Order: sequence, then C-alpha cells, then structure tokens
Amino acid sequence: MQALTAETRHPVTIILNGQRRSGYAHPRMLLSDFLRHELGAHGTRVGCEHGVCGACTIRIDGVAQRACLTLAVQADNRRVDTVEGLAKEGRMTALQEAFNRHHALQCGFCTAGILMSLSDYLERVPKPSEAELRDMLSGHLCRCTGYAGIVRAVMDVTGQLRETPHV
Amino acid sequence: MKPAPFDYLRPASLSEALAALASGGDEARILAGGQSLMPMLNMRLVQPRLLIDLSLLDELRSLEARDGWLTVGAAVTQAELMARPTLAEEVPLLAAALPWIGHFQTRNRGTVCGSIAHADPSAELPLCLVALGGEVMLRSARKRRSLPAAAFFLGPLTTAKEADEIIEAVRFPLRKAETGHAFREVAMRHGDFAITACAAIADRNGLRLAVGGVADRPIARDWPLLAGAELDEALNAFAWDLGGDDDQHATARYRRSLVRRIGRTAIEEALACRP
Amino acid sequence: MTALKSAATTPQAESAAGPLVGRPIPRLEDTAILTGAARYADDLPVKPGTLHAAILRSPHAHAEVLGIDVGAALTMPGVAAIVTGEEAKRFASPFLVGVKAPMEHWCLAIDRVRYVGEPVAVVLAENRYLAEDALDRIEVRYRPLPPVTSIEQALDPASELLHPAVGSNIANTRNFLYGDPDSQFETAPHRLSLTVHYPRNSCTPMECFVVQAEYDPAEGGYEVLSNFSGPFAVHPVMARALNVSGAKLRLKSPPHSGGSFGNKQAVFPYIVLMGLCARVSGRPVKWVEDRLEHLMAATSATGRRMDLEAAVDADGKVLALRMQQTEDCGAYVRAPEPASLYRNHGNLTGAYDIRHLAVVNRIALTNKTPSGLNRGFGGGQLYFGLERLMHHIAVTLNLDPLDVIRRNLVPASAMPYATASGGQLDSGDYPATVEEAIERGGLAELKARRDKARAEGRLYGIGYAAIVEPSISNMGYITTVLTAEERRKAGPKNGAQAAATVAVDPTGGVSVSVASVPQGQGHRTVLAQVIADVFGLRLEDIRVVTDFDTAKDAWSIAAGNYSSRFAGAVAGTAHIAAMRLRDRLARLAAGQLNVRPEDVRFENGKVFAASNPENTLSFSRLAAAGHWAPGTLPEGQEAALRETAFWTPDPLKAPTDADHINSSACYGFIFDFCGVEVDRVTGQVRIDHYVTMHDAGRLLNPLMVEGQVMGGFAQAVGVALYEEYAYGEDGGFLSGSFADYLVPTSMEVPVPVILHRESPSPVTPLGAKGAGEGNNMSTPVCIANAVADALGIDTVTLPLTPSKIAALIDGEEPPRPVVAGAPPAPEPVKTAGGRGLSGEGSRTVPATPEEVWAILLDPKELAALLPGCEALDLVGPNSYRAEVVVGIGPVRGRYTAEVALSDLDPPNSLTLAGSGSSALGTGRGTGHVTLERTAEGTTVRYRYTAEVGGKVAAVGGRMLDSASRLLIGQFFDKLIARAGGPAAPAEKPSLLKRLLRLLGLAR
Repeated sequence: MQALTAETRHPVTIILNGQRRSGYAHPRMLLSDFLRHELGAHGTRVGCEHGVCGACTIRIDGVAQRACLTLAVQADNRRVDTVEGLAKEGRMTALQEAFNRHHALQCGFCTAGILMSLSDYLERVPKPSEAELRDMLSGHLCRCTGYAGIVRAVMDVTGQLRETPHV
Repeated sequence: MKPAPFDYLRPASLSEALAALASGGDEARILAGGQSLMPMLNMRLVQPRLLIDLSLLDELRSLEARDGWLTVGAAVTQAELMARPTLAEEVPLLAAALPWIGHFQTRNRGTVCGSIAHADPSAELPLCLVALGGEVMLRSARKRRSLPAAAFFLGPLTTAKEADEIIEAVRFPLRKAETGHAFREVAMRHGDFAITACAAIADRNGLRLAVGGVADRPIARDWPLLAGAELDEALNAFAWDLGGDDDQHATARYRRSLVRRIGRTAIEEALACRP
Repeated sequence: MTALKSAATTPQAESAAGPLVGRPIPRLEDTAILTGAARYADDLPVKPGTLHAAILRSPHAHAEVLGIDVGAALTMPGVAAIVTGEEAKRFASPFLVGVKAPMEHWCLAIDRVRYVGEPVAVVLAENRYLAEDALDRIEVRYRPLPPVTSIEQALDPASELLHPAVGSNIANTRNFLYGDPDSQFETAPHRLSLTVHYPRNSCTPMECFVVQAEYDPAEGGYEVLSNFSGPFAVHPVMARALNVSGAKLRLKSPPHSGGSFGNKQAVFPYIVLMGLCARVSGRPVKWVEDRLEHLMAATSATGRRMDLEAAVDADGKVLALRMQQTEDCGAYVRAPEPASLYRNHGNLTGAYDIRHLAVVNRIALTNKTPSGLNRGFGGGQLYFGLERLMHHIAVTLNLDPLDVIRRNLVPASAMPYATASGGQLDSGDYPATVEEAIERGGLAELKARRDKARAEGRLYGIGYAAIVEPSISNMGYITTVLTAEERRKAGPKNGAQAAATVAVDPTGGVSVSVASVPQGQGHRTVLAQVIADVFGLRLEDIRVVTDFDTAKDAWSIAAGNYSSRFAGAVAGTAHIAAMRLRDRLARLAAGQLNVRPEDVRFENGKVFAASNPENTLSFSRLAAAGHWAPGTLPEGQEAALRETAFWTPDPLKAPTDADHINSSACYGFIFDFCGVEVDRVTGQVRIDHYVTMHDAGRLLNPLMVEGQVMGGFAQAVGVALYEEYAYGEDGGFLSGSFADYLVPTSMEVPVPVILHRESPSPVTPLGAKGAGEGNNMSTPVCIANAVADALGIDTVTLPLTPSKIAALIDGEEPPRPVVAGAPPAPEPVKTAGGRGLSGEGSRTVPATPEEVWAILLDPKELAALLPGCEALDLVGPNSYRAEVVVGIGPVRGRYTAEVALSDLDPPNSLTLAGSGSSALGTGRGTGHVTLERTAEGTTVRYRYTAEVGGKVAAVGGRMLDSASRLLIGQFFDKLIARAGGPAAPAEKPSLLKRLLRLLGLAR
C-alpha cells in the first residue's frame, strides 16, 4: 500500500515524452499543475479545471485524458505524453503541419489538447468519417475557429479531403 | 479552483482498500476514474480527508459474461466496455447508450461503476442498470451483498451504499431471447447530461421503459404490450408520476413531454428490433 | 448533423510572385503554438517570493457587508496577507465612471456587494492551493438586500437602489431626435411595434485572466504583466484608481494570448486589485483567474431591451423609427461602458436608408456582473431588434422579408452615406451585394427545400439579416452619453489613434511592433505580409514583436485589440511607418546609386534604380549603413533606423451639438440568410444551410478573414441556441461551469458558406475594414428570424433552447390522469425560471398534535430533526444559532445558520425559518407547518420556499430542487421516527483518526 499524507510533498517521477522527469507533489496537486509549474512543461494548457473544455488533454500510458482530472501522484512511474513530444527532431508531424495549412488554430489555447486527443484517436481510428471525427472533437471546446479548420486538417492528413484548401 | 487537502492511499489489494475504508468511513472517498469526483474535488464541493485510489487494482479489472450476467469490475473504464466486441449481442442496450456518455476523453478514464456510484439522476449508466434490472455488488470489510438497481438509487447523488462499502462490480443481465432494446436521449449539446433519456425493452409479453433526467433517480415502469392511445395514456401517467423540475435549460413540462414522445419512439424501436 | 460543404471562395493566390498582401498565407504564429513552445501569460516566470492570490467573492447578489473576520484565515499555513476593502480605501480610489453619476466602484467591495462574485477579500499565500484553503476560513457577515435582477425591475422606481447616491437604478437617460419622426408617424400608412430582449452572454476565451503585479516603493510605481487586451483608454482609469500618474503604472503583455473577444478588457479591475495586493504585502503577486470565477464574475455582454416602433409605407419602406434601448450594464457602469450602448450610435439604422429617428437610451443597473467588451459589442443587441423588426414588418404586411430589406437598403449611389444619427457609411454597394449572395448562396434552392419540407409537414424556416459592421471606434462616441453641455465642460474626445514602429537592424532584418496586443487572430502574419511588401523582403525577414510594454512602446489611449481595428487602423499605420522608413532608405540609396529617391525600388531583398535594375545594393547593406556609418550620411540626412507612426482616421470627430456622431471609421456590410428545421418532437433547431456574405473592404489575408468569420459564426450559433449567463430571481448566478454555460462543440456548429465582395474603404490606409465581429452581430438574429419563420411566431427569445421552442409549438399538456380513490398529488409550486425553490407535502405522524408540537419546540429535539445539525444554541426566544453540515451524497457544506420559529399557534401551526452560509454558498428557507389531528395521529402539512446561492447554485442547478426535497424529506422522516418512539438515529462516530493512526498518518 502506498500512503501519502496531505501535508507532505512526495517525489513523483514520470516518463515525460520519453524522458524521466522528477518533481515533488502534495497528494492534491493536479497533474496539470505538476506538469506546468513543477516540471516547467507549459505546453499543456489549463482552461476549466473541471474536465469539460479539454485544453489540458494529455496521454497517460498512451490513453488521451484530462490532466486536470488526474492527480500528479497518480501518474507516478507512468508514461505521460504532451504536445511538446509530438514534433521529432525539429520536424512537426503531418497533423501539426495540416493544422497550420488549414488555419485550424487561432489563439491556440485549445490546440495542444486537441492534438493529444487526435494522436490517440487516429491510432485507433485511422480514417474516421467526418461524423465520427466531430463526435470525438466534441470533447474539446474551441472558441476561435468554429472547428471547421480542425476538421479539414484531419480529413486532409487522413487522405480524405475532397475540397481544395486555400494553399 | 484547487482541491482541499487529503491523504492519498493506493492500496495493493482490495482487502487493503476495504480495511482503509472501514476505518475511514464517511470522510474517505473512493477514487476510480475520477471523472465525476475530481471536478467536485477541484470545486471543493467535496472535501474528503482521505482518497482511496482503486484505479490500478488489477483484481477490479474483470469484465466477463457468465451465468446470464455481464459483470463489470470497479476499475473497468467506459471505453473498455464500449470496445468489447461482443457487447452489442450481450447487452445491446449498453452498446446503444455508451456513445451518449460524456466524450471520448472522459470515457477513456471514467469507470462504469464510478458512474453508478455517483448516481447522477441524468446519467446514462444508472439508467441502463435500472432498465435492465441489473445489480450492484457491494463489498465491505464486514460483508458482501448485492442490491437490485432499483433499490440502490435513492436520490440525487444518493445511494444505498454504506460509507464502508465499495462497489466491487455491477452486473447487467445478458440479452434474453426475443427482446428488443432502444435508447433515446435529448441533451442540450452532444455529450451533455440528458434533459431526458429513455431506455426501452420489449419482449413477447410486455414493455419496460426506464427514464433518466426527470425524477431524482432513474425509474422504470412495466406495461403489457400496449399500443396506440393506451400507450399514450400509460406514458402520460408515467410522465406525471416522474414529476421533474425546472432548471435554467429546461422546464419540468418539457421533460414530461419528452417522456411521452421519445419514450414512445424508444418503445416503438424496441418493439421493431425484437429478433 | 449535416455538415455543409464549405464554399469559402476567397481568391486564390495568383502566383508566388507579386505582393504578399491579399494572399491566404498560413500563419507564422502556428509553429510555436503547435509545438507547445508558445508562452502565454501563465507560462511566464515569476520572481522568487511571489505570492499567489485567491479571491473571496460575494455569494449574494445584493447585501450590506457588516463585517469581515480574517483572523482565522491569517493563521492558516502559508498565508502572508489578506487584503480587504479597508486596504483599498487606504491605497486606492474608486474607478472613474463614464456617466455623470455618483457611483463608487472599487476594486474590492467596501460596504456593500452588488453582484454574485464581486471581490470581497484577497488571500495572498505561498501557492494557490494554500490561498484557497484560507478563503474558506474568512468569515463575512452580510445583510441581504432585495436584488434587482431584470431591466423591468430596474425601471420600477420602487426597486431597491443599488447605489443610493445615484437615486435611481436608471443611471442615465438620453433622448435623441434626428429628422422629424413624429410627422412621419402621423402620416404613415402603417405603424408597427416590437419589443425584444437580448440576453447576457459572453465569448468566454479559453484562457482566463492572469495578472502579475509588483509595487516599487522607491519609485512609488507599479509594474504589471497581464493579459489585458486594451483599450488603453482604460489605462488612465487604472492609474487613477491606484493613485499614481500613468507613467507610474507600467503595463506589459505576454507574446501570446489565449483569446479575448473583448473580454480581456475586463482584466483591468484586477490589475488594480493585484497592484494593491502587491503594495500591501510588499511582495510580487500573481493571480490566475479560474473558470468558475470567469463565468461568474469576469464580464458579460450587456442585456438589452429594445422597444421599437416603425412608421412604414405600404410596400415596407421604413419612413421613421423610434427606438428605446434599455441597457443592462450590471451592478456598476464599468469603463468603458456605457460603450456597448453607444458603439453603434452612428449606425443605429443599420444598412438602411431611414432618415427620421427618435432614440431613448437608458442605462439600467442590476445586481449582475458588470458588462464590458464582447465581440460584436452592442451590434448583436442592436441588430437583434432592428432585423427582428424588419422581419416583423414583412410578416405583418404580408410581404417577402427579402423585399422589405431590398426596399430599405442604402443605395450604392448614395455612398458615402450620412446616416440620420451622424455615421458615415464609407463604401460598398449593398443592393448588389445582396443580389450576389442570393445568387451564389443558392437562395432559390433553399426556398425549394423549405417548400418541400413544409409540404411534408415539417417545420422549416428561412431567415435573413442585413447589417453594417462598424470598425475602428471613434474614441469620442462614448461621450454621446453626455449632453452637449457636459461634453463642452469635459473637453472634446474623438479619433482612433493607432501607433506602429518599424525598425531595421544592422543585418537588414526588420522588426515591427504595434500598439495592438493581438489575441490569436494572426496579426504577426498579416503585419509581416504588409511590411515585407514595402521593403521587398521575404516574410521570414520580418520579425513582428507582439508583446507590449507601455513604458517602451508607442501607444495612445486608443491602443489595444478591440473594435476590429487591426486590419484597417493598425496594419495601415504599420504600413505608414514602413513607408516613411522606406522613403528615408530610398534617399540614402539614391545618393549611393546616383538616382533620384523616387526612382529607387525595393524588391527581392535588393534596392535598385527603376531605370537601371542592374545598379543594385542589397537591402542589408543599405540597412547597415545607418548603424555602422552614421558619420558618412549626407548632410541633413537622418539615419533610417526606426520610424514610429501615429495615425487617426480623418472622419472621426467629436459628437456635434445636435448629437451627430460618426461612431466608427468604416463600415463593412454583411448579408446572411439561412434555412433551419425545428424538430417537432424535441423542439431542437438544426441549422440546415447558412450563407454569409461579407464586404469587409480589401482582404489582407483571406485565410485569416475566413477564420474570423468561422469563429464569429460559431460563437453566434452559441448565442442563438445555447449560451446564456442565467440568473435566478434571487440574483443567484446559474451558469457557473462549462457544463452549465453551454459553448457549442464541433457537433453543434455547421460550416457556413462564406462569400466575399471587396469594396476598399477610402478611409483606411490599405482599404481594409474590420471583419471579425460581423457574424456575432448578424447571425443570432438571422437564426432567430428563420425560427420565427419556421414556427410562424413573433416572439423569439434567445437562446432558442428546445425547451423554449417546445413551449411555443406544443399545445396544452395532457392532464395528469386522475386515479380513482387517490387525491391528486399536489403540483409543485414553482417560481418561474429562478432558483427560488418551493414545494409542499404532507406526512402522517403516529402522535398527537400536542406531542408533535412539543418535539418541534424542544431545542434538543429540533437539533436532532435538522439534517446534519451538530450544535444548536438558543440565542433568543425561539431563535437559535445552529452548526449544520448539509448536503447530498458527498457534497457537504458546513453552515452556520440562524434558525427561528415564529407565527406560533400551538398546537396547530408554526413557521420555521433558517438561513446560513458556508464556503459552498448561501441558503435560506422558510417552511410553514400545520398540524391536523387525524385517526392515525397527526397529519403534518408543510409548504416551503428556499433560496440557494453561491457556488452550489452556480454549478448544481440541475439537482437543487430534488436535493432540497431530499433534505426536507429527511427532516420529516426523523420527525416521524421521533414521534413514533425514541428511535435515536445511529450516529456513526468518525473513525478517520483511528485509521490515520493505524496507517501512521495521524498528526
């Protein structure tokens, strides 16, 4: 049994985007705060802290979920993937590039969470229909784009885009 | 918007968890997927002194169909249940209802039993459990017991679970021959809690309609094979008995009207899809 | 949902060569965002020793603050200081108010709270978690006052005054008369009227407010980093509130913003509040607003009631208009309000040629969050009235709504058109634009769809909206709220100054900074396009600096990101600065190339003579000259290093004595139409087809314009169908989470068909007009008109929820069946729409009325009956102070409650009243109990009303009724148990301590 007292900061180690990272957390510290303020991994954004907006979505052991509904201590010894880990050797992924081409982001505050959801989802459903994709995206709120560019970007990157993009 | 302080236990076994809960009592809460509990912790609506985390307990991960039941362990997520290839044959109502629960991201983490324990009057899983006549398997350090769903849900966020009990599993009866099932829901947005949700089951002898979102808990009613005006009358009586309240999104009257309408549609669909 | 095909038909780039401006270039901003490297306000480092703030907010809509006890909170771990209204009075001043009214608005409540969520105290602690712990320990004593929760209530002279010194809940009334509407009304064949209400809502950016503040006692100055978005007209308001000159309030903005839509204007009171906190605590302070705070208390679009009356001729031409606008600004007229009401004053008649206009503008005070900037600012409100009126005219006169629009549009020949109220519609051909939209958007096909659907018995409707979209606000328009005489005393206000600085560095790189504070739209990309074209450089040669610093950057009060001023004013000003710098470089180059300056060309990184392209210099060589060799510059030549331009649009003057005001520099035109289907079964609205046609002048980057239109459209779908900042009749706030305030998701937002015409504005340097706010103005009413058409109704209330629509289309509800022998169960008594809970019921108790009476009057017994009562002390005759832990399931709050018994008529009836508050909010209830002797004992009947406020009401609306019934049920269950015998409830002792000791965790 692991018993952690409320008053104490406990060591927490995660495999963040493939690298071992350690810090300290009280049991109540949210994983979103741990990533951002303890480890300095600011790419994960916080938009509501009650699990609705989806901005803080990350992958734990590969599964997309809300960092704000997870305690840092729950992620101990687990693999955590965030937006900072998507691009490899300075090259963005095809999905990231499609987001740029299709103007799928404006302020970008929701973008990291959407990319992390998609990175899990597209592994499970490589060619979603637009209806399936929109269903999955409904776990994210975006206030800038009206979602149209996001849908276009995913349709493009999955080889399903029929209309011509602007560029 | 940060949780109040609590101690955190990650037991290595169910018996450790039960022992901790036995002494923790009312001031301890079980954390499984956290999709209902964590928002309430963050808002400080719930301030337990102790959290007991069951999410990684392997012995609660069982998901099996046996002896006429589909048994779902406490750590099984909604996504895992949804991904079960045989679900549509085993418990077709669940297969129909699961896509309505929250979103991809919350189903990835949220557990089936957690939703049952939370007992939101508008939630889909409690509704399915009541509709199907499922059971809640409770366990404490003292005893094990199981309760039929209708006896388990007592009111909003209120159940018959004692403070020292956990939901070890819930079980849904496997589909019986010649039954048809249908699920209908109206919510403000996709993935929202239902304004009204209806689960219908029909077989050769009769109908059952269970309704969520109207009364303070999901409630089922059985009828013989009614049709036409008789069915309308039965639905109207049921709608009035369920009552319902106004909130900022919908009136009680609207909720009742949905019981009459989508309730009827659900029954017709269930009748039509009997094998 | 049917996704519509996007027919975004912005022109394609002709070729890679040629100017960058006008091409749909993907954004330069994106790489940083997509890889997680972007730095938003909460990502920036804090200094060691920084304190983290948490704000205690009022759970009451309206109450006197009797006292604040911070003693217990101060002893909490990690707490450094607690700031209250006392400190505000010592170190700060009230905010300036834009109307002449003795209204005091402080950064912290002084002696009264006027809306749920108003800041009352701030805890400063080592981290946010500890700060929130201490919030729960501050004790505030309030005396609740009757709340004012609607415009109609504010208009009632008997309503409780929010600001007694103002003397009325109508803070300002102004009458305007343009032309001669009265005689038109006398002679017109038709007089039609309509009253509409526009709800409160907000664009809720995904990033909440962030403020980091420091106070320098040596300088006596403040330095604040925040995601405030402007207008910097509010900078003097902040400086005055902190009792310093403007120079001693240095504001900085981070390089990235998580969206604003105007909302981040409302960061400003918190800049003052955190400045105060830094001063009091002597340490840097950081505050990050959370989502609950944002929804409850940040800002809101104004609610508006519009009473419209039109004098109309037989074919639908509007001859004169009377409009009475009553604006719900909330609890305070907070700067820059009452701007929402006056922003559109020059275009009150919209896209229509209406010469005679009478206007009454009133500003109502209500116990709600103060209003402020919100995308579409005042336009959604205005056009909801105006375009509903046009639809109403068509329906009433049996005309085609489109024909009514056509007959009233300003003709192209009248451009530039001076509106009745003083606006100057600068350019465009509105009628031709409408016809083009009808053609390209497929209106004929849509009408066929409607006819087919109706033939099948479905509910299908088409709606239209034609509007002008104002951009680049005249800083003087707000003074239209003052009389001409008041304006003369205050001095003239006008213009819309933009500022931009362009600099070349010694390597030939060009940097640009603007007084704009972009909020995610793509300003870096567009500025790079504009500047690269000027110097003949590549996009990557231009560095656009988007963070902003009032101590170092050029700015004026019009600076900031609002009123769609970027494309028209800011990009244009950057262009002016760049051109000036280029002219200076050209003079330098002319000397070196031996040509006249006007013959010098800048292309492809080269500088050369038009007459002899072989004769070239590299741009970087020329740029370096001013840095490395200023001594070799020709006589009288300044080095070309840096240029700052200020620009204000020519047509922006102060209001005239006759109250004519050109409230914006330019005006785009939008024509929308859509088809919607209403589900007869569920009342749900489905947007089947939506066409939006824009003339926003010259498009600098069509990709970005499309993004603006899509985004505004999605927000407008929310306004039309889902979103409302809802309040109960008790003033309680009901939309406290993103599960209660319903922002549309990818499943609710269809893709509109977007069409463009480009009539360059003669007013702005690049011919561009604003494009970002139009759909927030046009789309809500277009959808509302379509629903009105589908249902054949006249009264449409936003948001059009399925429940509201069902109430319009459903007939009588089938009655409750009467069951033989059983008395009809009482219908729940409801107060409409509010969170005022009420109900009634009865129980039969196996005891005599006298026995039941004795139980109710015995404090010990009463303590056992009250749910969760841990202590009950008598404090007066039949009045008690109780400690109760109340809640449902795991949601529990510890309330200190006053409980009183009154109207005692032994053993027949009494009234039981209680009120209390906890960290979860407030509760108040009254129950009237009657005892009736029966054969089985006593029938206890009860009627109750209850009010729940604060956090629980804000996020738990769905379950409040059933929860209160559950608690009341518990009371009577216990009463029955008590009366039936001494069955003591089995209280389980808490075993947590033992457990913790067992586990070695006990303290």
